[in-house]
Amino acid sequence: MLIRSTFSELLVFIGFRNTKKDMKKIVDFYVDGFRNLPDWARSVWFIILLKLFIMFVIFKLFFFQNKLKKDFNNDEDRANHVIENITTP
Amino acid sequence: MLDSVDLSLVNWSRAQFALTAMYHWIFVPLTLGLGFIIAFMETIYVKTGNPEWKRITKFWMKLFGINFAIGVATGIILEFEFGTNWSNYSWFVGDIFGAPLAIEGIMAFFMESTFIAVMFFGWNKVSKRFHLTSTWLTAIGANLSAVWILVANAWMQDPRGMKFNPDTARNEMVNFWDIFLSPSAVTKFLHTTTSGFVLASIFVVGVSAWFILKKREILFAKRSMVVSATFGLLASIMLIASGDSSAREMAEKQPMKFAAMEALYEGKTNAPLVAIGLIGDPQDDPMDSTAHEDFRIKIEIPNMLSYMAFLKADAFVPGIKDLILGNRKHGIMSYKEKIKRGYKAQQTLVAYKKAIKEKSPDATILRAKFEDEEWVNYYFKYFGYGSYYDPDPVQLEKNAFKMIPPISLTFYAFHIMVILGGHFLMLFACILFLLYKNNLENNKIVLWTSVWTIPLVYIASEAGWVVAEVGRQPWVIQDLMTTSKAVSQIDSSSVMITFFLFAFTFTALLIAEIKILTKQIKIGPKKQGGRQ
Repeated sequence: MLIRSTFSELLVFIGFRNTKKDMKKIVDFYVDGFRNLPDWARSVWFIILLKLFIMFVIFKLFFFQNKLKKDFNNDEDRANHVIENITTP
Repeated sequence: MLDSVDLSLVNWSRAQFALTAMYHWIFVPLTLGLGFIIAFMETIYVKTGNPEWKRITKFWMKLFGINFAIGVATGIILEFEFGTNWSNYSWFVGDIFGAPLAIEGIMAFFMESTFIAVMFFGWNKVSKRFHLTSTWLTAIGANLSAVWILVANAWMQDPRGMKFNPDTARNEMVNFWDIFLSPSAVTKFLHTTTSGFVLASIFVVGVSAWFILKKREILFAKRSMVVSATFGLLASIMLIASGDSSAREMAEKQPMKFAAMEALYEGKTNAPLVAIGLIGDPQDDPMDSTAHEDFRIKIEIPNMLSYMAFLKADAFVPGIKDLILGNRKHGIMSYKEKIKRGYKAQQTLVAYKKAIKEKSPDATILRAKFEDEEWVNYYFKYFGYGSYYDPDPVQLEKNAFKMIPPISLTFYAFHIMVILGGHFLMLFACILFLLYKNNLENNKIVLWTSVWTIPLVYIASEAGWVVAEVGRQPWVIQDLMTTSKAVSQIDSSSVMITFFLFAFTFTALLIAEIKILTKQIKIGPKKQGGRQ
């Protein structure tokens, strides 16, 4: 509720008088823009979505876990591990 | 100590990071520069009201959009790699590196995603002025988001504004402005963004030249060339000036990189600059004190290196061997001494952690050392050198010689960048002169040179990063952390697998970009009233 009212006040502050109407205008702006995408832009959007899927679903989930978060439970253990690594003779 | 490092893991991790960073950098500079070029074009349209300029703006905006879309989020992979392959590094610098990257993410997302939508969807829906403002804000936003990653990179080359906390093993930011406005950060930002401006200008000049060669859209192409060649010429001058500052900065903070750039083994007063050179047979690896300068061919500019480094023609420029073995006459501390001091700092940290564990009263005394500025400047400043320590003085000297970056790669990358930078400046000047004389269409050599300079500008741009990143080896953070200590102890085969996955994905993206871009270039700008 607080977030909603703050957001509405912010919109009024930057020049939106009728928040609902102006929000609809913004949404229509984007909807209309996406509906009228030329062919090249449709190809590009397909590539963007495929790329984001590969990066965030395949790479991040299966290959790129945060090593220190995964291997240790607390920051003290992480710090000790790093110190050991960077000072081991 | 060095024997315990899994070189296969380090090399694969480096290769993977280099691959992703270099692919990312294929897309970024065009966005940085083309954003401003279309902003200039649209400004002319708004000022003159001539619809031809709107057509010109929309064509280049389309190419900007394709490049932006293919390149967007390719940098995220680098952040994944920090957590997985470079966890020691991420932990060690987290507070300093994390803040600029977070600001970059927020700024890039909000500024670019908001105003880029107005740029593409807003024609005929918002006022001309609002549209123009959005185009400018997209260009400025893209460049501002580059600030943060470059600040983080500059900090790695010249760490400052932080304090090491031995309890958490992290560097903590103590002075934001010291990091943000460090001379390295300022010159890096100026040099990198202006290189993007030059790259985008060459791109526009080259594509426009192709249209003229095909005898299509001649006026469109000439107008595009006027804007881009003027912007490119000014950016080239700024690029040379910022490169000059960057060299001076490097001579002071990273003298080994500076020496490697010029393959300078022995320090010299009145040092000449090798303008063009071909290095001879590779030296023994690792080198030793018998290593010497070996050029098959070289053309030198007398005194220029001394002047470039210290603004004095008779200044002493230390060579690789001066830095490793030291030079008392010129007050240069040897790497051997730095290794001993770094080792002392490392052992103090180990002793502190042991004292904490054993609840020894020594812990307070040891902890105080990390707060003592004099001790920090004498020992901790060289913390990373300690990784090369050996109690045997002969082996210690051998280890010191292992701290030399790859000389041939650094030398050639630097010279390719500089020579091509000169070529770009001449090309812009030549094109503007021919446009002024109204004689460009007849000059096929200049037109074809413009087309073939497109791949050359990408080579120069990547070469610049090779100088910056290969030249600073073995450091990931100058003097504090070596690359081999920054990597996570993970299975090298998993890094190898992800290397090839990235290679495949990014190559596919690059092919997609080139195919879509070339198709749209061949189609050319739409006729008046046509949809883009």
